[in-house]
Amino acid sequence: MNAGTAVPGSGTSSTSTTTSSAPAVTVLGEAEIARALTRIAHEITERNKGARDVVLLGIPTRGVTLAARLATLLAEIEPSFDPDAVGELDVTMYRDDLQRQPTRSVGVTRVPVSIDDRTVVLVDDVLFSGRTIRAALDALNDLGRPRVVQLAALVDRGHRELPIRADFVGKNLPTSRSERVGVRLRETDGVADAVLIAGRASA
Amino acid sequence: MKHLLSTADLSKDDAILLLDTAAQMAATQSREIKKLPTLRGRTVVNLFFEDSTRTRISFETAAKRLSADVINFSAKGSSVSKGESLKDTALTLHAMGADAVVVRHHASGAPHMLAHAGWLDAGVLNAGDGTHQHPTQALLDAFTIRRHLVGQRSGTDPVGADLAGLRVAIVGDVLHSRVARSNVHLLHTLGAEVTLVSPPTLLPVGVEAWPCRVSYHLDETLLQWQPDAVMMLRVQRERMGGGSGAFFPSPQEYSRTFGLNARRLAFLPDHAIVMHPGPMNRGLEISADAADHVRSVIVEQVANGVAVRMAALYLLLAGNESSERNAL
Amino acid sequence: MSTTYILRGVRPYGGDPVDLVLAGGVIESVTGAGEARPAAAGQDVVEIDAAGLVALPGLVDLHTHLREPGREDAETVWSGTRAAAAGGFTAVHAMANTTPTQDTAGVVEQVWRLGRDAGWADVQPVGAVTVGLAGERLAELGAMADSRARVRVFSDDGKCVHDPVLMRRALEYVKAFDGVVAQHAQEPRLTEGAQMNEGVVSAEIGLTGWPAAAEEAIIARDVLLAEHVGSRLHVCHLSTARSVEIIRWAKSRGVDVTAEVTPHHLILTDELARGYNPVFKVNPPLRTAEDVEAVRQGLADGTIDIVATDHAPHPVEDKDCEWAAAAFGMTGLETALSVVQSTMVDTGRMTWADVARVLSSAPARIGRIEDRHGRPLDAGEPANLVLVDPAATRRIDGAAQVTASTNTPFQGMELPGRVVATFLRGRATVLDGTPVEPAALGSDTFEGAAR
Repeated sequence: MNAGTAVPGSGTSSTSTTTSSAPAVTVLGEAEIARALTRIAHEITERNKGARDVVLLGIPTRGVTLAARLATLLAEIEPSFDPDAVGELDVTMYRDDLQRQPTRSVGVTRVPVSIDDRTVVLVDDVLFSGRTIRAALDALNDLGRPRVVQLAALVDRGHRELPIRADFVGKNLPTSRSERVGVRLRETDGVADAVLIAGRASA
Repeated sequence: MKHLLSTADLSKDDAILLLDTAAQMAATQSREIKKLPTLRGRTVVNLFFEDSTRTRISFETAAKRLSADVINFSAKGSSVSKGESLKDTALTLHAMGADAVVVRHHASGAPHMLAHAGWLDAGVLNAGDGTHQHPTQALLDAFTIRRHLVGQRSGTDPVGADLAGLRVAIVGDVLHSRVARSNVHLLHTLGAEVTLVSPPTLLPVGVEAWPCRVSYHLDETLLQWQPDAVMMLRVQRERMGGGSGAFFPSPQEYSRTFGLNARRLAFLPDHAIVMHPGPMNRGLEISADAADHVRSVIVEQVANGVAVRMAALYLLLAGNESSERNAL
Repeated sequence: MSTTYILRGVRPYGGDPVDLVLAGGVIESVTGAGEARPAAAGQDVVEIDAAGLVALPGLVDLHTHLREPGREDAETVWSGTRAAAAGGFTAVHAMANTTPTQDTAGVVEQVWRLGRDAGWADVQPVGAVTVGLAGERLAELGAMADSRARVRVFSDDGKCVHDPVLMRRALEYVKAFDGVVAQHAQEPRLTEGAQMNEGVVSAEIGLTGWPAAAEEAIIARDVLLAEHVGSRLHVCHLSTARSVEIIRWAKSRGVDVTAEVTPHHLILTDELARGYNPVFKVNPPLRTAEDVEAVRQGLADGTIDIVATDHAPHPVEDKDCEWAAAAFGMTGLETALSVVQSTMVDTGRMTWADVARVLSSAPARIGRIEDRHGRPLDAGEPANLVLVDPAATRRIDGAAQVTASTNTPFQGMELPGRVVATFLRGRATVLDGTPVEPAALGSDTFEGAAR
């Protein structure tokens, strides 16, 4: 699923804004997203006293792109980071809402290095209900036993439904549940990077 | 996707989605923990009116790897063998709350009746009906062909790829083969060219309407057409000789004319693969040296069967069908 | 005293309107429209405004399965003849494949008597050619011919008299009492396990094929045998283009052969098998569009003599199952006339007079009941007739049919034409499209009927 509507319960973190009646408002531009990612990269190295054991796993679709960008940044600022230690973790088959949705395509899971006793940083674009991360933790459990699991999200829009929080956040974005948050990235969407909000009543 | 009854019902996008999903399922099967929670709480009934331990085990494994509850309902020794009708069996499964029914039946069209007669509302997965269709067999064959001949040729992951330009020869008893019917439609849909190679007695009247070529000559087909894959069909020995109803003078003559052996393997291009849906009659349609040859992918077909059946069950059961009925 | 009916403005054979008066079991008068004298007070007279309705002689079916004795769960003589009346028939030939088989004088007389007691239509039993339809030795054809049922048509229908010697003997033997062998043409070895027409559709959907040649080979053999021994032959339910050609050739040589086609072979094709709904499973099977066109042509040009229903009722459980397990056959009595109108009349290929020929006078002649049925609509003739509203259309619903079974292949289809009334020897068996229970009319009318 490349795009869905991010309402609570759907668990989808990335969204499309094309169906919005109110015009979408850009809340983060290209430069701000780049700065946020750079900051997250530094926070990861600070928190983990380097990046020797770090494995970045992006959650499809845009989390994978963000993980790849973070890997590049980490490699620049921290020579101990293993440039192969970045992969993708599809959580479709672990979701708790399969019966509530049209059939989702199963995505690729690619974990190029062992995650046993490593520091896994899950990377997602928008943190919302927390259900996607819950599914990701279950998926990780079937793949190995990391020493610690951390979470990086470009945007935290609130409305958590599970006791989950992000370790690294690009931007906290207060929203109402009816609003839709969309992330556009050059690699996946073919347009300039942006975070947008649609459906805002006052817009 | 509500049911999987026939490969003739599948569009190219449907078929590729099934193969791509199977590829992800296959990836999970190399892990230490092979079981996924995906279909937890869903009930899959294996309804087998015909003995087929191989196919039943493959479906059972697939369902269990996806955490579905599996009920095996074998016609032998049950009320079915005492004359219970298909309809009453279906009503029983409905009452038991089956979410999907995997059905193997000796009568062509029986899965179609289960799906459409209004007896039950479960998804129906055809695991072989009479001489009609065996769609998951064709899907696992296509999956195996794609892995070997598209993936390895291009050196890339074949996800999203079709089988355009590939040549597949299907050899043997086409008349009685649901595997042949399923493969002709699916391989054609995926862009491959198919040649059926068979004695005229074992081709159905009406085969001329199928999207494939037909040949009576195996040597000529292998030498001149140079198939990328050769799929041998199982032949039943009793059809091959004796009595006025036999389709061929003798098993020996069949084997000489249509059997795959080392001599004929040498006619093939180096990359070509040898396939067989099993169970094999070694020495009849395929010699031991061909079956065990380095180009034989017969054992791999069995392994891929589980992944393909996981994909089919996933696509039948994982979505909310009311929001997506028949939409696959 | 029976009721007198005055049918005002009815169109015999679809021609100019007339008044028909039915009295005393016969057609009393045929006069210009509006000329029949109105009834005097006190007389038992019913006037029917029949303007726009077509009058035909009561229909005669040469091929009906009434199922009694043996399969009363599917149909009885009473329910089957009631359905026949609803379809416009005044006589039906009851096929021999009952249990016990209609292969003795005792069984055929029983069926004949059941028909007489029911009173919906004359039941003319067909005798089996061979004992138990087993194809091994001749049944007592002479005894059945001499019985009160006066059997003239002999058939193993459902099975083919495939042994050529047996067929020859039967053809010869029935000459003594002007009988006819009605052959179900199906070469048994070529049709072992056969489920549907062999062709493009069977190849794709994986059902065992019933090759056209298995029918044509038997018809070809039989017309040659009939010519050789100088016998009368009737070919049941032919279904293929080449069968029509063979009959055409045989007739051109002067062979005494007649042929029938069923309504379903005039309109349905094997494409219907694709949904595996066994309501379309029938023997001989539905064929291709080319065959349908050929049998229509053969019927229009007289190569095919008659339309016969092959009405084959089955209980629900014999059709609500997988195709291979289902019974062959479909109901037809109540839809036959509509199918003929739709395929032959409304297409301009036949007139209503032709319909009267193929559905009444010709089958009566083949069955040797032409002294009582299939008579012209003239004064003094037995009052066996049907009134049809050709302008009506109706949506077919198996559950609403009069027959005891529901297996119609025309479920949900719109068909033209509606039987408004049927008269058997002047007695209305159907009025306003509804069967009229004979008890209300008393049984004296039947006993008084003329032979």
